[in-house]
Amino acid sequence: MVKEKKVIITNKTGLHARPAAQFVQKAGKFDSKIEIVFEEKEVNAKSIMGVMSLGVGKGNEITVRADGEDADKAVEELVDFIEVEMAKEDE
Amino acid sequence: MILLEGIAASPGIAIGKSLLKLEKEIEIDKENIENDQVEQEIEKLHNALTESKKQLQELKEETAEKLGEEKAEIFAAHLMILDDPEVIPAFENKIKDNKLNAAAAVKEVIDEFAAMFAAMDDEYLRERGSDIKDVGMRVIKNLLGIEDIADKMDEEVIIIADDLTPSDTAQLDTEKVLAFVTKEGSRTSHSAIMARSLGIPSVVGVGSELIEKAENGMKIIVDGNSGKIYFNPDKSTLDKYEEKLEEYEAEQERLKAFKDKKAETKDGHQVEIVGNMGNLKDVVPILDNGGEGVGLFRSEFLYMDRSELPTEEEQFEVYKEVAEKMGDKPVIIRTLDVGGDKELPYLDFPDEMNPFLGYRAIRVCLERDDIFKPQLRALLRAGSYGNLKIMFPMISSLNELLAAKEKVEEAKAELKEEGLEYNPDIDLGMMIEIPAAVMIADKLAREVDFFSIGTNDLIQYTVAVDRMNEQIAGMHTPYHPAVLRMIQKTIESAHAEDIWVGMCGEAAGEELLLPFLLGAGLDEFSMSAVSILKIKEVLTKWTLSEAEEVSKKVLNLGTVADVKDYLNKIKK
Repeated sequence: MVKEKKVIITNKTGLHARPAAQFVQKAGKFDSKIEIVFEEKEVNAKSIMGVMSLGVGKGNEITVRADGEDADKAVEELVDFIEVEMAKEDE
Repeated sequence: MILLEGIAASPGIAIGKSLLKLEKEIEIDKENIENDQVEQEIEKLHNALTESKKQLQELKEETAEKLGEEKAEIFAAHLMILDDPEVIPAFENKIKDNKLNAAAAVKEVIDEFAAMFAAMDDEYLRERGSDIKDVGMRVIKNLLGIEDIADKMDEEVIIIADDLTPSDTAQLDTEKVLAFVTKEGSRTSHSAIMARSLGIPSVVGVGSELIEKAENGMKIIVDGNSGKIYFNPDKSTLDKYEEKLEEYEAEQERLKAFKDKKAETKDGHQVEIVGNMGNLKDVVPILDNGGEGVGLFRSEFLYMDRSELPTEEEQFEVYKEVAEKMGDKPVIIRTLDVGGDKELPYLDFPDEMNPFLGYRAIRVCLERDDIFKPQLRALLRAGSYGNLKIMFPMISSLNELLAAKEKVEEAKAELKEEGLEYNPDIDLGMMIEIPAAVMIADKLAREVDFFSIGTNDLIQYTVAVDRMNEQIAGMHTPYHPAVLRMIQKTIESAHAEDIWVGMCGEAAGEELLLPFLLGAGLDEFSMSAVSILKIKEVLTKWTLSEAEEVSKKVLNLGTVADVKDYLNKIKK
């Protein structure tokens, strides 16, 4: 089962540093294969090196794509993490 | 005897034997492996990874215990790299596909990743490149069975290295390290900062001659005050330094007693002894040396080494961090002081005939809301997290001061409307560094909560001496009677309006000048962290009334030489 959703990064540091580490750890909890797509590049969402190498900054749109049993839940929770948890960082 | 010179990065003197820690010692065999060796190399790789993770886990725990959680975070980041699902297969593929031995495979992968990160715009990501190298070298050392330098330290040594990484310094038995000397680096590189927080001398940026001349077990003198290093010193040099070292050690021991004591005179008159800072990391030495706050936080570093203005959020994070680290201790942050000798490439200012008399500091900020407002907003917001105070530089008239205060009010109104948290009662102060400000100090004092005298510029403008011009450098002295009268007049005008006065130029940390400043009524002395303990000690030798006598006498003297002679004569 493949599921994907687009999301815009709104926090100021983008998907770097601490937010990236937390995101990767969260992705690692799911069994599905999870990828982030950004500007034609696809990386493993469970890899900190992969995620940071994308250089996703504030205002960029990425696609979170999951393939596996828990794909639905993975996409929903990861998008939610970006929209809610990461946005909190700026408050 | 060989004499080399570098950057004096951490004060003190060390005499001892050298121990070299050089990356060049690691040689990786690049010869390809046979097909039937692939499995064996992969197994070796995994053993080395397991060993590396074990070491990192231990380092993380030890560092957290010794230096705090924050310093240990770096090892958590290293562990994450070794757990990364992309990195491990990359190592394996180099072995399988390119038929490299495990060490060469790891080297190639880390070089590729490091190059990728080094090419990024974001400073944070560029730094991650060195983490990757650092963690990769650990795996390689484990693969090659290279003993770590820490295992070779059976006596006290002076470490000589290309550069030192957080991994290196965390592994060293710091009790046995007398000094760091590095080929690379600046005052802000990791080894310099580490040396200062450990309180050991360090000379950095010595250059490649260091590596060419140094051998293991050589007798070396490191002078962290002047940046000199002597290899195999002759007898007279050695005698001289042994004597200096003894004096220095005795003094350090004596001064430790002042760390947690309040800054006060013999008769209990209290003043504040605080530190100057030029970047976030300076908080540590200020606190370690018993600083009672920050008297001058130069905000310029936030604007340097980048291609655009820092955002409000970026500034807010930094100010908040300092405020929180200092707790209830005061932190005075000076708003942007650019122009003059400090240029920012992305602010395209025209060249000027007299930059020090030109478009700089508050003169720029008052015209540029895009620069000033984000800084004021960030400061007001961070003011909710500690005892922050805002200080304006280069005020020469009442109009400028009122205009700056108006900007603060505007920023407050904006924050209020946006519902953001901020400190509405934040203290506002100004630098006294222009003679015009001294002459109208009585008027200015009614509009601020404090003054801080910036002696470097005040001398320059009072004596009309360009402080960057080496030919007339001798004229740039705080002992000029005109400068001393400027200081006295400033304090008198401030006290008449019940506001306090600090000093944040180099002169505040001068032992010789202390009785004069104390007697003139200075309330706060802000200096480099390394001077704090010494000044606290000198303070205890004087009573306020004695200092007042000194001050009166000094104000009657006519020349720099007379002032210095007198102060030297009465020095305690």
